[in-house]
Amino acid sequence: MTTAVSTLEIRNLHVSVETEEGPREILRGVDLTVRKGETHAIMGPNGSGKSTLSYSIAGHPKYTVTNGSITLDGEDVLTMGVDARARAGIFLAMQYPVEIPGVSVSNFLRSSATAVRGEAPKLRTWVKEVKASMEALEMDPAFAERGVNEGFSGGEKKRHEILQMALLKPKIAVLDETDSGLDVDALRIVSGGIEAVRAKGETGILLITHYTRILRYIKPEFVHVMAAGRIVDSGGPELAAVLEDGGYDRYVKGGGAAVSLGGGAAAVAPAGAGAAS
Amino acid sequence: MAVIDATGRPPAAAGAVPRPVRSRDPQDHDVPTGREEAWRFTPLRRLRGLPTGPEADGLVTVTVTAPDGVAVERLDAADARIGRVLIPADRIAAFATARAGGATAVTIPAEASLSEPVIVRLHGEGPQGAAGAASAAGVAYGHLVIEAGPFSSATVVLDHTGSATYAGNVEVYVGHGASLTVISLQDWDAGTVHLGAHAFSVGRDAKLRSFTVTLGGELVRLNPTVDYRGPGGDAELNGVFFTDAGQHQEHRLLVTHQARSCRSRVTYKGALRGESAHAVWIGDVLIGADAVDTDTYELNRNLVLTDGARADSVPNLEILTGEVVGAGHASATGRFDDEALFYLQSRGIPPTEARRLVVHGFFAEVIDRIDIPELRDRIMTSVAARLGESELAEAIAEAEAAEAAEAAEAAEAAEAAEAAEAAEAAGAAAGAGAGAGAGAGA
Ligand SMILES: Nc1ncnc2c1ncn2[C@@H]1O[C@H](COP(=O)(O)OP(=O)(O)O)[C@@H](O)[C@H]1O
Ligand SMILES: [Mg+2]
Repeated sequence: MTTAVSTLEIRNLHVSVETEEGPREILRGVDLTVRKGETHAIMGPNGSGKSTLSYSIAGHPKYTVTNGSITLDGEDVLTMGVDARARAGIFLAMQYPVEIPGVSVSNFLRSSATAVRGEAPKLRTWVKEVKASMEALEMDPAFAERGVNEGFSGGEKKRHEILQMALLKPKIAVLDETDSGLDVDALRIVSGGIEAVRAKGETGILLITHYTRILRYIKPEFVHVMAAGRIVDSGGPELAAVLEDGGYDRYVKGGGAAVSLGGGAAAVAPAGAGAAS
Repeated sequence: MAVIDATGRPPAAAGAVPRPVRSRDPQDHDVPTGREEAWRFTPLRRLRGLPTGPEADGLVTVTVTAPDGVAVERLDAADARIGRVLIPADRIAAFATARAGGATAVTIPAEASLSEPVIVRLHGEGPQGAAGAASAAGVAYGHLVIEAGPFSSATVVLDHTGSATYAGNVEVYVGHGASLTVISLQDWDAGTVHLGAHAFSVGRDAKLRSFTVTLGGELVRLNPTVDYRGPGGDAELNGVFFTDAGQHQEHRLLVTHQARSCRSRVTYKGALRGESAHAVWIGDVLIGADAVDTDTYELNRNLVLTDGARADSVPNLEILTGEVVGAGHASATGRFDDEALFYLQSRGIPPTEARRLVVHGFFAEVIDRIDIPELRDRIMTSVAARLGESELAEAIAEAEAAEAAEAAEAAEAAEAAEAAEAAEAAGAAAGAGAGAGAGAGA
């Protein structure tokens, strides 16, 4: 099979974590295809495995892939280290960004851009680039001299994640609940930042969210519902409207098992069909 | 992290800060057993017999480079300038002075303002790269006396390199109103054992800035102490240590506030990495009953980079007066954890680069206070080298150098063009016979 340029393909992905009672399977066969320029929303209740999917794509060592594959442009992502994945074009905006005291944002961004681009960006153009991106996200320039995520508010952390996405220009960006914890203003600004990257059409976006409110700003072409470690429903933007009204109840009845009550076979399976089409 | 602000609180119980015996006679000091508070962290077996005061059979050469006007002398053992500041508090320090048989003295004259630092090179002449070879580096003793005359301003660098088993004392007399920076760099080869008492006496309204940077050596144990001879003294004690696998680095500080209205600030930062890396930081501060209006704060932060490394950090504050401006301390040991590593890696940064970035950022707060750029670079380069190759940092540095060269070229070209223009304009103005050069100069 030949793959189009900048396509992330996830096939039958099974992922476990190590717990005190032994390994526990969290993802139980996820299929998903995200292409450059496309925006996919993944929605689902807490604990359904959304962050696990994000971390597995980025390569977090806590999550073990027991079955299935992830490829980017046909290349096996699972054999790559975390940093190699980032250099290959995968970006993860984390739900809970980590504080790295002592490392200034400016130093961090420059190191990161150098690593991902394969060469150090010219200082003069780089300074302008950072400044413009920060202005777009309404970030105070003084921010650049602070420690990475050190003492940042929730909103500041999320802006900082989107700033990185804008500068690193990934092929595939996974945004894990970038909208949660944001007030109305911050949501508007952060959404604007995401929209700006999306508008360039160079990035495939996997927008993970628990709520529908960010979808007022960012219109995905595809919406998937995740429950109990699987994608249980896929469709167009209209699916988000259904979720807005009905919530996830109909997907999680029966003690967390993935059950689709109203969609019928076409809506439930094959998972990711909408995306693959 | 503990932060204590004792302002306005009743004085702490007397005796919290230990008062060791002080004597120049080694026999007045007990042989350490390891049970004493002062020795409980130190691996005595690795001291190569220094507590018994063996005859010197090794060599640490002392070379002083000083600007004009600075006196460099060899003092004999009876010279009154020896022991004026430092009265040994343990056997090894007593042996260091006794066996050194005199001292090297550096004297900065009153009111001199040195534009260049005094560099004291202390080089252990033991075999190179003698990692762990106990017999390889012979025993050497040394004593340094540094005096900054009243109202002088100077920087003195003690640069320890090479391989040695060295008991070396340093006493520093800061004259009234003087401003002195002392930087002690422990950049030893791997096989070195170095114990030293560094005693500072700060005069009335004098300012001392001290930097203790410990990178190399198998075992380094330093005791910086500060006393004040009058009010208005200000002492800033900064420290950085990088404790690698198998190294023991111990810094035991004692700041004694007996004079009134003095200030002290202690900031030590350590990074540890590897199996059996052990760092010890003890920060004793004593504020005497008459030391009203004292302002003191001490801080130790450690960054543990890997499993198997251990940091002990013990701040200790004894306050015998209720009338202080501020007295506090903080101590915290953090781990460079897997989540931080994952975060940096997820931005394309390889693990070795991630560690380098974190350690660099962690140390920069202290290192950036050193006013000698070459020394700052040397320390950071040495730290970076210990953390492994750094292609990323190199790529950035190279790009920046290339850009700087380009910019310099462009500036030169622009200047040449401007000069040509100016000459032309001047010529034209002169031709017109009025306001010559004014337009060109603007
Ligand atoms: N590191 C982990 N250790 C143990 N359990 C985990 C770990 N990560 C996630 N889980 C469990 O896996 C399930 C899915 O979690 P997560 O992927 O965070 O869901 P979501 O992001 O959709 O809220 C939850 O039941 C959670 O408790
Ligand atoms: Mg989550």
